[in-house]
Amino acid sequence: MGLLSDPVRRRALARLVLRLNAPLCVLSYVAGIAWFLALVFPPLTQRTYMSENAMGSTMVEEQFAGGDRARAFARDFAAHRKKSGALPVAWLERTMRSVGLEVYTQSFSRKLPFPDETHERYMVSGTNVYGILRAPRAASTESLVLTVPCGSDSTNSQAVGLLLALAAHFRGQIYWAKDIIFLVTEHDLLGTEAWLEAYHDVNVTGMQSSPLQGRAGAIQAAVALELSSDVVTSLDVAVEGLNGQLPNLDLLNLFQTFCQKGGLLCTLQGKLQPQDWTSLDGPLQGLQTLLLMVLRQASGRPHGSHGLFLRYRVEALTLRGINSFRQYKYDLVAVGKALEGMFRKLNHLLERLHQSFFLYLLPALSRFVSIGLYMPAAGFLLLVLGLKYALELWMQLHEAEVGLEEPGGAPGPSVPLPPSQGVGLASLVAPLLISQAMGLALYVLPVLGQHVATQHFPVAEAEAVVLTLLAIYAAGLALPHNTHRVVSTQAPDRGWMALKLVALIYLALQLGCIALTNFSLGFLLATTMVPAAALAKPHGPRTLYAALLVLTSPAATLLGSLFLWRELQEAPLSLAEGWQLFLAALAQGVLEHHTYGALLFPLLSLGLYPCWLLFWNVLFWK
Amino acid sequence: MAAAMPLALLVLLLLGRKGWCLAEPPRDSLREELVITPLPSGDVAATFQFRTRWDSELQREGVSHYRLFPKALGQLISKYSLRELHLSFTQGFWRTRYWGPPFLQAPSGAELWVWFQDTVTDVDKSWKELSNVLSGIFCASLNFIDSTNTDNETLEVNPPPTTTYQDVILGTRKIYAIYDLFDTAMINNSRNLNIQLKWKRPPENEAPPVPFLHAQRYVSGYGLQKGELSTLLYNTHPYRAFPVLLLDTVPWYLRLYVHTLTITSKGKENKPSYIHYQPAQDRLQPHLLEMLIQLPANSVTKVSIQFERALLKWTEYTPDPNHGFYVSPSVLSALVPSVVAAKPVDWEESPLFNSLFPVSDGSNYFVRLYTEPLLVNLPTPDFSMPYNVICLTCTVVAVCYGSFYNLLTRTFHIEEPRTGGLAKRLANLIRRARGVPPL
Repeated sequence: MGLLSDPVRRRALARLVLRLNAPLCVLSYVAGIAWFLALVFPPLTQRTYMSENAMGSTMVEEQFAGGDRARAFARDFAAHRKKSGALPVAWLERTMRSVGLEVYTQSFSRKLPFPDETHERYMVSGTNVYGILRAPRAASTESLVLTVPCGSDSTNSQAVGLLLALAAHFRGQIYWAKDIIFLVTEHDLLGTEAWLEAYHDVNVTGMQSSPLQGRAGAIQAAVALELSSDVVTSLDVAVEGLNGQLPNLDLLNLFQTFCQKGGLLCTLQGKLQPQDWTSLDGPLQGLQTLLLMVLRQASGRPHGSHGLFLRYRVEALTLRGINSFRQYKYDLVAVGKALEGMFRKLNHLLERLHQSFFLYLLPALSRFVSIGLYMPAAGFLLLVLGLKYALELWMQLHEAEVGLEEPGGAPGPSVPLPPSQGVGLASLVAPLLISQAMGLALYVLPVLGQHVATQHFPVAEAEAVVLTLLAIYAAGLALPHNTHRVVSTQAPDRGWMALKLVALIYLALQLGCIALTNFSLGFLLATTMVPAAALAKPHGPRTLYAALLVLTSPAATLLGSLFLWRELQEAPLSLAEGWQLFLAALAQGVLEHHTYGALLFPLLSLGLYPCWLLFWNVLFWK
Repeated sequence: MAAAMPLALLVLLLLGRKGWCLAEPPRDSLREELVITPLPSGDVAATFQFRTRWDSELQREGVSHYRLFPKALGQLISKYSLRELHLSFTQGFWRTRYWGPPFLQAPSGAELWVWFQDTVTDVDKSWKELSNVLSGIFCASLNFIDSTNTDNETLEVNPPPTTTYQDVILGTRKIYAIYDLFDTAMINNSRNLNIQLKWKRPPENEAPPVPFLHAQRYVSGYGLQKGELSTLLYNTHPYRAFPVLLLDTVPWYLRLYVHTLTITSKGKENKPSYIHYQPAQDRLQPHLLEMLIQLPANSVTKVSIQFERALLKWTEYTPDPNHGFYVSPSVLSALVPSVVAAKPVDWEESPLFNSLFPVSDGSNYFVRLYTEPLLVNLPTPDFSMPYNVICLTCTVVAVCYGSFYNLLTRTFHIEEPRTGGLAKRLANLIRRARGVPPL
């Protein structure tokens, strides 16, 4: 403390920081990346363990044997679905009622902001069917949900079959203390969103739906099921939800426990679990899984219909049956038994799942990295921005002031020179406002102006939105040529330094907040944006800086992530495919913001893109 | 099939002032009744009723001899001068919408309802003692029923009259087989008495008649700051509107915003003809909201009110705080129109069986309904080790951050001694002239 309060020593310290600034920045950045890579090695990854007492100590006996019944239901369902071309609502109602559930339907409709070309839908209307198994031991205060999302294609029939067979089996048991809701939704996630909004009687996304007739109290946990074949080779579990939310780790532990008990093969991100963590192979394989999880979480989209439950504080995950050419195959009975076990254990819960971790990263199903251990990685990266560079610029600005004062000789009454300070701040207003306005245009115009665009250009609505998006994004690059005329430059260096200082603080604040709520996104953006942001200045090899800055802009990060994603999945993309995927991802991003309330699009367009433009502005400062 | 069945225990005391004489046979009698009802959901409801009737005045006579009537209760009644005592313990929930009105209505959980004699002066004290004794007898935490979750209703519709009417309800004819198991002849004539109940599931399209009044209650919204209590009241009568008295008792830790109270039926605002609201006092008494609402024919009425979830003191959280907190059911009392071809029967003889048919004074019968209880999550601190660690760390960080921020943002300058004002300069001039060191 004395070191900082003593002006002389303080100045010495400042000089030291200024001199060592570049090496310290490089060191901090490298430390951040290295820390992240080290997360997959055993001292930092830990074994998962069950924290919830109610689910841990007691074992249950699974008695589900309705494999044939499930297959018969699945065949009937598929046949009825093929005949009607939509969800066979009447058949589902009848079947659910015949197994003894209280059955309700809910119709919903939603006009998307522009046509969704990936799922081929625009004006969506559908019906959800759900049946409630009333628990004899409780007064409908709590419930569990088993849901199957049905899309427009004819997948997931087996999941519906298994759901019905499980419902019939559960109905005969007397131990239920929580109601169980069996939910089949149409138009996959849209239906789930409509049902969830109606269940909680809120309207978040502008969905029109009929009110629910039957409810079953507070939902404690949910499992979404996706099965498209009678036999599966493994069960893949998806945890990443809307805006990078994750379910409580105990739910995942529960799933893993029953996979182990039933000898089911389970995978995470489609990857098998590494067995050997002592040699290098295990951690390297874990790193692949970890990176896949980071990319998925960073995308902020719900990877399965469980992702939408998380907003309502319902712990949920999606189980996906995978059928590949492997030796061991499991039939629906094995999957059903795992589900029965999970539901019986969840039935034991006294409290909401709250014991274990909510913020974690998974290098494998049985290993996790807790928040306390992964946060330093993001911390080191932000240190580059926050402490070193902002500090350096601050001190340089300060020194410049002091330097200006010293030749004057007279120790003035007030320390900073008011006129120069005033000009510095005033010169910042124009670039800040213009870049923020650009961001606003990027957020609003594509969807608003799609009809104008389709009238004047030979493109479809979805294309129009994506192309407008790209056009506005690129137009932002022309910004500095427009602003520097507005900006009066009195003190040449002070202007860009002040702008960069503000931009750095802005970026550090945004990345810090993002890393707290969605670590993956924060870390990914910090890795790419920090070096270019730190280097940007109007002197030196400007072309090189400009290239670096363009390569690390949010859109380029998205493109790069797509390539990395497919590379890690061992299905590399060609350039043309990559570009197509990029355009589709842009459209999906905008759509998901409007349909589910995903925050990635507004975050990038209103927050990070304007901030990135400021650095572009710094680079071309005259 | 497991029947979700409320187990209700009801003790009725009929304290008449009939003359008594010792020569008469014992004045107490026990009647048992069982009604088995197949429910449309595939469940079977078995309703038992045990009635012990004793014409006696426990307070006056100082009775020491008990035959059928439970002594523990008898002593309680005489000691605390009770006029009426209703106690119900319920597990599960009766689904009026699907199963029709139950024989005995009771809210889920425990309900205790007592009328004291006029001679009791300190009701609060008696209540406290009585609930403690009862919780001892029934091994239940009835002693937690205190002023924070009880209420005194201000408006009460009278209990049902004592005659019943029976027969065709809404066009569906019901046929019942009645056996008198006390008839010794019947038991002696058949070697073993086996009663077999066969029930054929009615076809899908022949759904049982939906009761005219049923209700649903839920919490809407998400997050831990605000929420909304919504009650849906269904009047399924095709052409008659009727009034309903809705009584809501909401615990104080849900802070109700009364200005957000909205009642809508068929998309239009429905103004209640009577509202009584008694605001809650923190840790002392709950909110009490009582309304008389007219339900239009064939309609759904939605009553909703917003609330904010209070942050409790850390000792006020119950064990298992993450389970949530229960909000007791709302109570609906109404005179529901009946479509009944009437035939009076002696109610005293077999009350349970006769209450299969709505009690009526001609065109209406009295119904009391309880909605489902609710489970509401309050903002709950993490009562675990990490929580303490976070608290400590945050304190340390806050302290460090404050001083670091101060040091980083404050600039230090060495203050040069200033030359001073005019008076001081003059004084120094004089001092210099005098050869004295300046000030």
